[in-house]
Amino acid sequence: METQLTLLFFVLVLSIFLGFELISKVPSTLHTPLMSGANAISGITLVGALLASGSGYVSQPLTVLLGTAAVTFATINVVGGYLVTNRMLSMFKKKGKE
Amino acid sequence: MDQFNTQIVVNLTYILASMLFILGLKMLGSPETARKGNLVSSSGMLLAVLVTLLDQGIIDYTWIIVGVCIGSLIGFIAATKVKMTGMPEMVALFNGFGGIASLLVGSAEYLSGLNQNAALLIAIYLTVLIGGVTFSGSLIAWGKLSETISGKPYLYNGQQIVNSLLLGVILLAGLEMIFFQGMFTENQFQILFIICLLAFMLGVLFVIPIGGADMPVVIALLNSFSGLAACAAGFVILNNVLIVAGALVGASGLILTNIMCKAMNRSLANVLFSGFGAVTTNGSEAKVGQGEVRPINTADAYLILEAAASVLIVPGYGMAVAQAQHSVRELGELLEANGAEVKYAIHPVAGRMPGHMNVLLAEANVSYDVLVEPGDVNPIMETVDVCMVIGANDVVNPDAKENENSPIYGMPIIETDRAKTVFVLKRSMASGFAGIQNPLFFKSNTRMLFGDAKESVSSLVTEFKS
Repeated sequence: METQLTLLFFVLVLSIFLGFELISKVPSTLHTPLMSGANAISGITLVGALLASGSGYVSQPLTVLLGTAAVTFATINVVGGYLVTNRMLSMFKKKGKE
Repeated sequence: MDQFNTQIVVNLTYILASMLFILGLKMLGSPETARKGNLVSSSGMLLAVLVTLLDQGIIDYTWIIVGVCIGSLIGFIAATKVKMTGMPEMVALFNGFGGIASLLVGSAEYLSGLNQNAALLIAIYLTVLIGGVTFSGSLIAWGKLSETISGKPYLYNGQQIVNSLLLGVILLAGLEMIFFQGMFTENQFQILFIICLLAFMLGVLFVIPIGGADMPVVIALLNSFSGLAACAAGFVILNNVLIVAGALVGASGLILTNIMCKAMNRSLANVLFSGFGAVTTNGSEAKVGQGEVRPINTADAYLILEAAASVLIVPGYGMAVAQAQHSVRELGELLEANGAEVKYAIHPVAGRMPGHMNVLLAEANVSYDVLVEPGDVNPIMETVDVCMVIGANDVVNPDAKENENSPIYGMPIIETDRAKTVFVLKRSMASGFAGIQNPLFFKSNTRMLFGDAKESVSSLVTEFKS
């Protein structure tokens, strides 16, 4: 348990540094798509929601209900986020590439 | 053995999904690869979701299907129907949904009550707290952006005291949840309910004092929070991919927040706690009437534009409100056909979210390589024949450079006042959102083109065509 937690912390710290490195050079033209694309990624919480929602209604009714609500919201976030980002990016054009 | 193998497959796939997220985000950093990057990151998401469904813990798929179907339908409709001008509200709302989803995941895990040690409880507490703040904060931001509620900063006496008290109670509730169960409340439900409620209150109190013009900072920050909530949820269910993805989003949101703050030359604390505009209007009031305003009509404006060899268009929130981006693009094309060099100067905080103007202009088919940032255009401002300020105000206010008493002193601006001629398209002489007078309007090289931005630009277009 402790080693697993330590490892996860290690992953967390590295990811944060990686995130800072990755994003720091984005041109301001792309700030909105970057934000909505990142927002879609934060819907990854869907993974946790799926586990809760599928844990069996008979034995864990409350977990399943909360989980299903979470699945719904997270899916809106994921599906909507990616689609809207794609829609925006499809409009970013250079001259002559109509 | 079989279960062991599945677990390995699941974990390896999570690593692959994390890699796809990282690659996708990196590709989002350049206009050429951005669209592909979004696809890469979404395929990472698809992989992560599919492989999760293999998990041994899932014994019933009925409810999952229900949730996914409803969510996909709503997400699809929202994403395809939203107008580009409504994008800030949409992003705010999606942020909130991410937050509430994490809150629910944390709650479900808490109430299932399986071997909860202090570390797990801390993770649950943080997930619920951050998720709740993200949710209610985003709803308020959505309300302000869609003008369901007033965009004015809302300040009251004793705000700091109320906030400090709330934070104190939240801390106490956390201590009870983690270390002293049953100290104040009878059962898990009660304490969870209280923490959710407190988190919602905190989110509301955190966003409500912040004015509409500072929304780019708030949205970027809430974006970061939604990632952090997912990250905390990762510690609840001990899952790598949630932590990696959440941390990436958290970091990217923070960087955007920082960029926005720098663009206003203000600290994050100043944006969050000062209620800009509500308290700083005095001092600038006195300077009203510092000169004469020179109005111009579209016929005269056309003559000047027609003779211009270089035109710089500076859009702001007013262009979004008037939905003038298509007419602006048309005018830009006519100017180019007339032999002028046309550029668009975009201030990082113009509009209501990071990159707001860029999205609107992209929608109107303006090529992204004619969009320039203040740092690129300020050094050559003297060579610009005509600067057209369309619905922007504070980001072109020369007080930021010249008046040390101005609340926006020190903010990097687009120095349009140094262009040969400046047209300001504006409804009336009412001051901008921040309630500050803009000396640009009184400069000798400034001409005011009063009226609705869209109508003004359209009539310029008609002049050009005739």
